[in-house]
Amino acid sequence: MNDYETVVGLEIHVELSTITKMFCSCKTPTLQDKPNTRTCPVCLGLPGALPIPNLQAIEDCVKIGLALNCTINRNSFFERKNYFYPDLAKGFQTSQFLLPFGEKGYLDITVNGSPKRVGITRVHMEEDTGKLTHSSVNGREVSLIDFNRSGVPLVEIVTEPDIRSGEEAKVFLTELQKIIRYVGASDADMEKGHMRLEPNISLRNPGETSLPNYKVEVKNINSFRFVEKAIHYEQKRHKELLDKGETPTQETRGWNEFKNRTVSQRSKEEAHDYRYFPEPDIPPVTISDEQLDRLSKAIPELSQAKTKRLIDDLGLTPYNAEILSRDSETAQFFEDALEAGKPENINATTIANFMINKKIDIKKTTPSNFIKTIINQSSLVKIDQSVLEAAISKVLKENPDAVKSYKDGKTQILGFLIGQTKKVLPDANDTDQIRNKLQEMLQ
Amino acid sequence: MDISKLTIVDIIDGYKEKKFSISEVVGSYIERIEKLNPTLNAFITIDKDSALRKAKESEKKDFKGVLHGVPFGIKDMFLTKGVRTTAAAKILEDYIPQYTGTAITKLEEAGAISLGKLNHDAWAHGSSGENSDFGNTLNPWNKDYIPGGSSSGSGVAVTAGLSTFATGTDTGGSIRLPASFTNTVGLKPTYGLVSRYGVISMASSLDSIGHFTKTVKDSARILSVTAGPDGKDATLRQTLENDYEELIGKDLKDLKIGVPKEYVSEGLSNDVKEVFEKALRTLENLGAEIIEVSLPHTDEGIAVYYIIQPSEVSSNLARYDGIRYGKDRSHFGKEAKRRIMLGTYTLSSGYYDAYYKKAMQVRTLIKKDYDDAFTKTDVLVSPVSPTPPWKFGEKANDPLAMYLSDALTVTINLAGVPGLAVPAGFSTNNLPIGIQFMGPHFSEKLLFQVGHAFEQDTKLYEKEPTI
Repeated sequence: MNDYETVVGLEIHVELSTITKMFCSCKTPTLQDKPNTRTCPVCLGLPGALPIPNLQAIEDCVKIGLALNCTINRNSFFERKNYFYPDLAKGFQTSQFLLPFGEKGYLDITVNGSPKRVGITRVHMEEDTGKLTHSSVNGREVSLIDFNRSGVPLVEIVTEPDIRSGEEAKVFLTELQKIIRYVGASDADMEKGHMRLEPNISLRNPGETSLPNYKVEVKNINSFRFVEKAIHYEQKRHKELLDKGETPTQETRGWNEFKNRTVSQRSKEEAHDYRYFPEPDIPPVTISDEQLDRLSKAIPELSQAKTKRLIDDLGLTPYNAEILSRDSETAQFFEDALEAGKPENINATTIANFMINKKIDIKKTTPSNFIKTIINQSSLVKIDQSVLEAAISKVLKENPDAVKSYKDGKTQILGFLIGQTKKVLPDANDTDQIRNKLQEMLQ
Repeated sequence: MDISKLTIVDIIDGYKEKKFSISEVVGSYIERIEKLNPTLNAFITIDKDSALRKAKESEKKDFKGVLHGVPFGIKDMFLTKGVRTTAAAKILEDYIPQYTGTAITKLEEAGAISLGKLNHDAWAHGSSGENSDFGNTLNPWNKDYIPGGSSSGSGVAVTAGLSTFATGTDTGGSIRLPASFTNTVGLKPTYGLVSRYGVISMASSLDSIGHFTKTVKDSARILSVTAGPDGKDATLRQTLENDYEELIGKDLKDLKIGVPKEYVSEGLSNDVKEVFEKALRTLENLGAEIIEVSLPHTDEGIAVYYIIQPSEVSSNLARYDGIRYGKDRSHFGKEAKRRIMLGTYTLSSGYYDAYYKKAMQVRTLIKKDYDDAFTKTDVLVSPVSPTPPWKFGEKANDPLAMYLSDALTVTINLAGVPGLAVPAGFSTNNLPIGIQFMGPHFSEKLLFQVGHAFEQDTKLYEKEPTI
């Protein structure tokens, strides 16, 4: 792979987690919903139906744009992308073309310890299509359309062709997923298809700066690992062709996870003419000063910044910091626990170690209860038995009255004797250990 | 009973005075439709049983609204739940909608009773009605002549007394032209005033939802019902108006009425010229000041319109792919195919800038023309069509000639301002000729004021065709 440079750009579709769809008031469907039960005239594209844009979705898209350091187009509009497909109810997809809500951004990642900046070309808002299933009903081969997904809000993120390896792609996508979760735009759950990934791959000779004269798009991949594998596979395939003096065919391929390889889907693809034009049914969208200000403020400290702060300011190991910053809930729990632990002088490293090593389920406890657990478990100092015995002998000798009381049945005097022992052994804090030894020696 | 002359106001008064019952009125309309429709072909679907049933129910029910018991016809571009809606196109010949659009819902909630669905040029593409896949609608004033399009059945239903009022859509003149050719009042409201939800889209940025009536007062009454946001059409504006009859009866003193010189300088037939000049004298006699104004980009109107409109049409008709409902695309008529091809071409990459983008820029200039004109005048007036109705077949094979008949109507659709067509006279061979009043955005009240004053002076609504 040394003799060629890999050039990869990514297209990522993110399904937003809004309550309702992009252009109608249908609830966004779950995978459990029966086909075509989450539909209305608008998302079915019935005659006469008109779209009403979902403001929440637009704001989520702007937030993703802001988090990816994009320029926000404050005066934007929707456009129609015209093409025919059976799952496309209206014969066009309402999308954005000329003025995406966000463009010209970047995301910094770290790959094998080295920093890397990946340019973000655009972040735009669009709607999902229906879903085709090809099956057999009563012995007849049929294609079925489920329009539940039709009109679900999607944000499309397109990167510059800055990615040079499968590994870089994977790191980028992992970071992007964290950001999307942090801004609260989507659960970004790969298993539920919330993120659909399309790498565009080609190879060029080292030193070349212009884009190769071909590219291969691998469509609809649903896991970061498969993206990485698909890139590796394509690198090898392209190299073999290029070595023979051939140019790989410009085409669309798919990832076959069972065969562990990409397969050709559509070759010699004609350049699509989507005949974009401004969607006349939706007035232009203006992002006001107030809105932009509110959305900027709504973006929390993102995972990278948080990781850095946990390392630099709190002295956590990079490993711990990264784990605790992966999602905003865990990060928030950590920060709250840190606050709750302050009066007890429990430091960040102790909390971090506890959260990670003991695999604390943050949904089943509160930060303050968690701190109590730490106090009860972690900070107990085990005193050497002989040292403890010596200390207790001393205490018993000095407090004959207490010993007498205890033997007379006033067992509550034990507390006093524990306290006296702790005075002799300032480090001893394992009350249970002291109590057990005292009881033993008082027998 | 003779219902052919009844206006909405007459019917409501008649109900109040118990001159007749709702069932009698609706029954008489159905009878008249059954008698005349085989000749005139104004209705595609007659909703007889439902109309008679609703009439009976309305008699028992409390007063629903200002249109309680008023029968009306619906252009077949408006979706009606459970009642076949064809767009006058073969493709949707058997299409039964699952929902009813906003305008019809509002009218029915105000008590109006649908008599059925009216004929028009398929997909509202046309100026004569001849593009319908359900046959020509004849002009009752002379059956050899076209009634104007695209809302051919709506104009004919109202002038022939087949319904008290009728709904229409106006994308480039589709209400005003047939109103002008049938001696009826046709309103094209401001874009963004009446919801388009549930009306089959032709060209989304131009489509205006309006209606045909015998009188201006009736027109205002209907707009009071249909206007206003519904939460389903994102292009609607909130307005504070609700009583569009408010200025009706007010005189025209101190009003400045502009005549766009580009509209009248050339190309008008003698008949139209004569009727229009007489109309100007009438307006002057009513106290208005007539002044000449200029709309410098009028000439570009048709060119701009015939780029933007087919572009949007080509996209809006894409859903009729024969997969889920209706017939397949081979059933599109010639005119629809022509517009799909024109629009697909003008939106294609490499041509977009030269056609669509340029047209949108000129559209902005046309809007500005109107804004400028309305700084000097209150309303504008012009003929609706350069000629009276023409004979069937005369322009049917010459699409360009047909397109040019919209020369005086398309520009206000591009500008988004309202227009009210009112009867103004007759040609030498007794065919109706109308004029249109045009005002600034959301100036419908003013148009009704002017239209009503003109109509009360001319009383042309009293004239009826001999069928």
